Amino acid sequence: MSAVWISVLVVGLATISIKAAGPLLLARRTPPPRAQAALEHLAPALLAALVVTQALGGDNGGFTIDARIAGLAAGAAALLLRAPLLAVITAAAVTAALVRLIA
Amino acid sequence: MRRLADTHPPGPGRRTYLDGVRAAAPIGVAALAFGVSFGVLARSAGMGRVAPMVMSVTTFAGSAQFAVVSILGAGGGLATAIVAAVLLNLRYGPIGLSAATTFEGPWWRRVLAAQLIVDESWAISQRDDGRLDRHLLVGAGLLLLVCWTAGTAVGTLAGDLVADPESLGLDAAFPALFLALLWPQVRERSRLLAALGGGAIALALMPFTGPGVPIVAASLACLIGARRPR
Repeated sequence: MSAVWISVLVVGLATISIKAAGPLLLARRTPPPRAQAALEHLAPALLAALVVTQALGGDNGGFTIDARIAGLAAGAAALLLRAPLLAVITAAAVTAALVRLIA
Repeated sequence: MRRLADTHPPGPGRRTYLDGVRAAAPIGVAALAFGVSFGVLARSAGMGRVAPMVMSVTTFAGSAQFAVVSILGAGGGLATAIVAAVLLNLRYGPIGLSAATTFEGPWWRRVLAAQLIVDESWAISQRDDGRLDRHLLVGAGLLLLVCWTAGTAVGTLAGDLVADPESLGLDAAFPALFLALLWPQVRERSRLLAALGGGAIALALMPFTGPGVPIVAASLACLIGARRPR
């Protein structure tokens, strides 16, 4: 089997298992209150990490500062102005595209 | 901004799968464009036409797929490509845990529904109480799966016809999406602390670890919530 298909199958099976693990292990079992409280704080912790890594992540790890930062700043400004989600995303994309066009 | 789970209050306030599809539509455009660029890259890395599409349906996670393609395409080893992709997708461990009590039905239905978890569908389905809306998640996940796979197909077949998503600024749409969905959550002090902790952990680890590890480590910041049980 070629390296391509081995990687497709192994990565696919691994990802399917990782995604299924939580819902299989915890289903129908109400976690103890402290664990439940921690679980309810997973979302903000992970969302913040996603903001940081998606805005600053480089192709091979480390940081890359580029037009995404300008886009994120525009998105944040739109949020402060109480813009709806679509406007926030659009402001970020258009700003990043303009910065790349000029730079 | 109100969070998406609050923005469609039809009837008794129950969300439908269609609400999830609608909520994910703007980010579906970006998923489509990045699917195309994944298809183009996979084709030029010698993956052929079928393997990239099989990968988009089964792995269904952009960053890991791009990692595999770029490592294999650059002549990197098979083991390196697999380890990089699995590390990137390890975040679906904690993300899946946060979604664990969301799904219903027999085990195979929960396993199938869990496959629709991607960063964006998970983020879109956040509810006020820190849990997830199953209907929003499934609807958003299905739309994103279709966009991502269709984009991949277009990319492998006719990729040269489509503009580079980065020149359209679409890569900046993702951090903005996550920030917009984080925004309404951090009004509560303990969740703000969890967000600051998670962001700081990710920032601190990014220069030193491979991609993927910072997000997994950031999930430890949720322990802030365990200090005072409600």
